[in-house]
Amino acid sequence: MTMTDTPQAAPKTVDRSAMKVSDEVAISIENMNKWYGAFHVLRDIDLTVYKGERIVVCGPSGSGKSTLIRCINALEEHQKGRIEVDGTVLSSDLKNIDRIRSEVGMVFQHFNLFPHLTILENCTLAPIWVRKTPKREAEQDAMQFLEKVKIPDQANKYPGQLSGGQQQRVAIARSLCMRPKIMLFDEPTSALDPEMIKEVLDTMIELAEEGMTMICVTHEMGFARQVANRVIFMDQGQIVEQNEPEEFFNHPKSDRTKLFLSQILGH
Amino acid sequence: MSDTHAQSAAFVRESFIPQSPPPARERGILKWGRENLFSNWFYTLLTLVSLYVVFSLLSGFLPWLFSGVWNAGSLSECREILQGVDAGCFAVLTERWNQLLFGFSYPTEAYWRPTLAFILLFVCAAPVLFSGLPRKLLILTLLYPFAAYWLLWGGTIVVPLMALLGVVLGYVAFGATVSRGFATALVAALVVAGIVWWVGIAVAGAVPDFVALMPVPSRDMGGFMLNMMLGTVCVSLSLPFGILLALGRQSRLPIIKIACVAFIEFIRGVPLITLLFVANVVLAYFLPPGTNFDLILRVIIMITMFASAYIAEVIRGGLAALPRGQYEAADALGLDYGQAMRLIILPQALKISIPGIVNVAVGLFKDTTLVSIISMFDVVGMIRGPILASTDWNGVYWELYGAAALLFFVVCYTISQYSQWLERKLATDHR
Ligand SMILES: Nc1ncnc2c1ncn2[C@@H]1O[C@H](COP(=O)(O)OP(=O)(O)OP(=O)(O)O)[C@@H](O)[C@H]1O
Ligand SMILES: [Mg+2]
Repeated sequence: MTMTDTPQAAPKTVDRSAMKVSDEVAISIENMNKWYGAFHVLRDIDLTVYKGERIVVCGPSGSGKSTLIRCINALEEHQKGRIEVDGTVLSSDLKNIDRIRSEVGMVFQHFNLFPHLTILENCTLAPIWVRKTPKREAEQDAMQFLEKVKIPDQANKYPGQLSGGQQQRVAIARSLCMRPKIMLFDEPTSALDPEMIKEVLDTMIELAEEGMTMICVTHEMGFARQVANRVIFMDQGQIVEQNEPEEFFNHPKSDRTKLFLSQILGH
Repeated sequence: MSDTHAQSAAFVRESFIPQSPPPARERGILKWGRENLFSNWFYTLLTLVSLYVVFSLLSGFLPWLFSGVWNAGSLSECREILQGVDAGCFAVLTERWNQLLFGFSYPTEAYWRPTLAFILLFVCAAPVLFSGLPRKLLILTLLYPFAAYWLLWGGTIVVPLMALLGVVLGYVAFGATVSRGFATALVAALVVAGIVWWVGIAVAGAVPDFVALMPVPSRDMGGFMLNMMLGTVCVSLSLPFGILLALGRQSRLPIIKIACVAFIEFIRGVPLITLLFVANVVLAYFLPPGTNFDLILRVIIMITMFASAYIAEVIRGGLAALPRGQYEAADALGLDYGQAMRLIILPQALKISIPGIVNVAVGLFKDTTLVSIISMFDVVGMIRGPILASTDWNGVYWELYGAAALLFFVVCYTISQYSQWLERKLATDHR
C-alpha cells in the first residue's frame, strides 16, 4: 500500500517511440452511474479511451477506481449509462459480455492465479477453451509470453511455488495469451515488496512500449510520469481531474488533487 | 571514538564446521521412546498401564482367535470339538461364507457373475480414481454399469446394449443441439434416449433369450454383494447430484435456488430409515397399480437422494472457501459459466471437500446395512435372519458380526487411505 515515488521503484528508461495514440476509440463510457444498494459509488462517469493510450487512475481509497475498471469488463454491473468496448456495447447479453471479456485483459492486485494448475496451464486455459486454439499452439504461444515476462523456466511449477512478483508477471502473461486489445490493471504492484514492484513495472512498461492500450489503477507515480499519457484523479465516485502527467503533477488544478498529491508525494 | 567492545567488533570465520550426526540418545527409536513414552513419571505410569491393558486384551483375544474351529457343521459340533475351551466357532463363516457374500437365494452356479463384476469394478474404476492412467480407459468406466447390470441380473444382453445405445445417442443428440441452448439440448437428449430405451424394452421382450445369462430377480440379491452394490451405485450417483444441488443452491434464478434449498433441507431433516420405509411401502401407493417398480431401484433412489443432500452441503462449504478472486479471474478471461465451474471452481472446491465427501461416502456405505430393516437380506440381514435363526448356528454372535465388521472396515479403510493419497497428490498450493 505504499505510495511511492522513490528512485528504487523508478522503472528503467522508457522508449516512447512506439507509443502512439490513434484516434480510434477503444473504450467509451458515457454518463455511467453505479450503485451498491443505496450507495452511489460511481457518478456520471464520462471517459473516452483511444487506442494506444496509457491511462493511470489514482485517487484516495474508496473513491471507486477499482469499481470503474471492473465495470469495463462487466465484473461489476452498472445501472445507468453506456459503456462501449472495442465496438461492442455492454448489455446484460451474456454473449456480448463474454466477447468483451475475451478482448480485455485484467490483472488483479492479488494475482488470482489458479493454484491447481501449473503456470503453463494457467496461461493456456483460456486460449484453449475460449479461443479454441489447439493445445500445442497455445502452449507455444504461452511459452513466448512467459519468456517475455522472463519466467519461462517456471512453466511447470505451480503458482504457490513462485514469488509474488513472479506470480504477478505470470498473471500478466496469462492475460496476454488471449491477445487482448486492452489491458486493465487494478493496483498490480500494491501487494508486492519493493524489489518485486520493479520487475512487474518493467513488464508493464514493455507492454506500453509495444503500443498496448492500458488503464492502470496504481499509486506508482514514477510509472505514471514515465509511461502514462493521461492521469485521472478520482474522488467520491467522480472524475475530479484529468491531464497529461507533467501538468497533472506539476500544476494540479483542483484543491482536492493538490491535497492528494501532497499526501502521497510527501511534500 | 570506539563504541563497540574490542573483542566483539570484528570477526571472520575461516574454517567451516562440517555436518555431524546428533548424539545417539537424540536419534531413532531411543529418542522417540524417551520423548513420547517415558519423558516424566506420569507418562511412564501411563505407558505401563496401557501396556498392561493391551496385554490383557490380547491375551484373551488371540487364543480365542487362533484356537478357533473352522470346520464343523453346527454350533454344537463346535462345542464338542472345543471341549470347554473358550474359542471362536468360525466354522459358521466357512459354512455360510457364500450366503454372507451373495445372500441365500442367489443361484449357486451363477456366483461367478457377481465375483467377476466385483473384480471388474476395480479395473473400471481405476481410470477415474487414478488420473495417471491413460484417459482412453475411461471408456471402460462408461461401459462398466451396463456390464455389471448384465452380470448381476442376467437376462438378454439386448437390455444393457440398448440402454448403452440410448445413453450414447442421447449424448450425440445433446452435442448436436447444444448450440441452441442447454435446455433444448437436454430435452433433445432425453427424447432420443427415451425412444431408444422404449424400442429396447420392446426388442428385449421379443427376444428374451438372445445371448442371455440366467435371469436373477432383485429379491434374490443379498449378502455383502447387496451392500457393495448399493454403496457403489449410490456414492457414484450422489456425487454428481450433490454437485448440481450445490451449484443450484448458488444459482441466481430464484426457482432453481428455492427448489434446491427445499430439497436439501427436507432430505437432511428426515432420517434415512424413514426414507427407506417410504421406498418399501409408501411408494407403492403412489405408483400406478400393476407397475412393478423394482425394490432395489427404489432403495437406490432414496439412498442417493439422502447422500446427495449431504454431499451438496459439503461441496457448498468447498465453494464458499474459494476466494472470490478465482471466480473473477475466470470471468475476466472470458470463460463461460460452465467452463469456469468445470475448469476452475469445481476442481478446487472438490479438492477442499474431499474429507467431507469421504465422510459421507463411508457413512453411506455403512448405512446400506439399514436395508436389513425393510426385509432385504444384506450381510447384516443375512446374519440377523437366516443364519442366526437357523438351529445350527443360533448363538454365534461374535464371530458373525465380527466378520461383518471386518468386511466393512476393509472397504472403509481403503476408501479413507485412497482419499488421503488423493489429497496429498492434489496438494499444489504449497502453503
Ligand atoms: N461489493 C460491494 N458492496 C458494497 N460496497 C462496495 C462493494 N465493493 C466496493 N464497495 C464500496 O465502494 C466504494 C468504492 O470501492 P472501490 O473498491 O472501487 O474503491 P477503490 O478506489 O478501488 O479503493 P482502494 O484504493 O482501497 O482499492 C468503497 O466505498 C467501497 O466500500
Ligand atoms: Mg481498489
